[in-house]
Amino acid sequence: MTGTELLTGVSPSLQALAVIGIVLLEAVILYVGYGGVEKAVAPAVLNRLASR
Amino acid sequence: MLESILSFELLGLGPRVIALFVTFGFMVGVFFGFFGMGGSFLVTPALLILGYPAPVAIGSSMAFVFGTAVIATIKHHDAGQVDYRLGALMFVGITLGIELGSRLVFGLEVLGIANVVVGITYVLLLAAIGVLFTRSALQTDEAVGDETGERDSDTNSDDDEIPAIARRIQSYNLPPMMTLADGSKASLWTISGVGGGVGLVSGFLGVGGGFVRMPAIYYVIGTSLAAAVGTSLFGGLMSGAIGAFTYGRAGVINIGVVTALLIGSALGARIGSSATAYVDEDDVTIYFGIMLLVASAAVGISELSDWLEIPVLDRVSFLLLVGSALLVCFMILYHGALAVRRARGVPA
Repeated sequence: MTGTELLTGVSPSLQALAVIGIVLLEAVILYVGYGGVEKAVAPAVLNRLASR
Repeated sequence: MLESILSFELLGLGPRVIALFVTFGFMVGVFFGFFGMGGSFLVTPALLILGYPAPVAIGSSMAFVFGTAVIATIKHHDAGQVDYRLGALMFVGITLGIELGSRLVFGLEVLGIANVVVGITYVLLLAAIGVLFTRSALQTDEAVGDETGERDSDTNSDDDEIPAIARRIQSYNLPPMMTLADGSKASLWTISGVGGGVGLVSGFLGVGGGFVRMPAIYYVIGTSLAAAVGTSLFGGLMSGAIGAFTYGRAGVINIGVVTALLIGSALGARIGSSATAYVDEDDVTIYFGIMLLVASAAVGISELSDWLEIPVLDRVSFLLLVGSALLVCFMILYHGALAVRRARGVPA
């Protein structure tokens, strides 16, 4: 799957902006998602590291 | 059941390929978050080895660098390690330099010597930066002596962190002088020169340029290593966006590959960025320098592979590149774990 399949019939610049928008959205979602995971798991992981 | 899992496809990728990209993305993310470089440098050759056409490999790598740089920049922003003003000022020079560098390549192509000159320049540049970092790390080890490992990164003053060569360059008063985020001053000419130089290398070699950008900010403009990494990431974000836009217009970015890599790198970049607050840079700089020297050898072997038409050398080059990056990634995680134990009063 490439960026060209995302939008048909629109200008290449708009397609490129759409690809950048998707990557940006993915990055923000992953940042927020892993942030939640970090909050939940990090204290236990750090404690485990310190206790071993 | 297992068969149905293995035949499952997401965004055109099977589970094995997704697992490979997520793992690889994690390693690159740790690296990128900690050093502020290593995106296109590692991902493009990996995609080429896996059989993706060059435009898809470069375009997807650029989009991936953009995504990872967004994540790592936000993380460094939270730690106050991004000098946006410096990044923006440098970006003007970088853009002009990229244009000049690409024109230089086209000029050399007319003479029929572009591949040879670009290949040799890449090898020499990687080796030179590798030697610079390795020597700097060895000198620090000698200077610190028995105290190595006992210093807490929080207690280092900025003056200690800024290399002597950068302090000397900062001492020349060449107006207009700009105030950096840490309060030190640098000439706009130095900043523009560094930006132009980094852009020139980037456009000439066809790479993201983080491996030049970060050392240039650290050694020439003169910020702390953490600020150099954060600001370099911001530069990577901007150049990644431009690269993704250029290749996105040609419709060659593989969203599936970028997504799988990002899933891994988003986690790795968080860990790598967080590690900069714990790990004493001196502990890892030596590995970074050695990795660049190995990378220089790897690129040299890859160039030899093209000239001698021996494809197996290309795989040797790739294994060297990934192997050395994997080692440095492991050392970052290892020293991070040790630093956490030290911070909590547990003997290492």
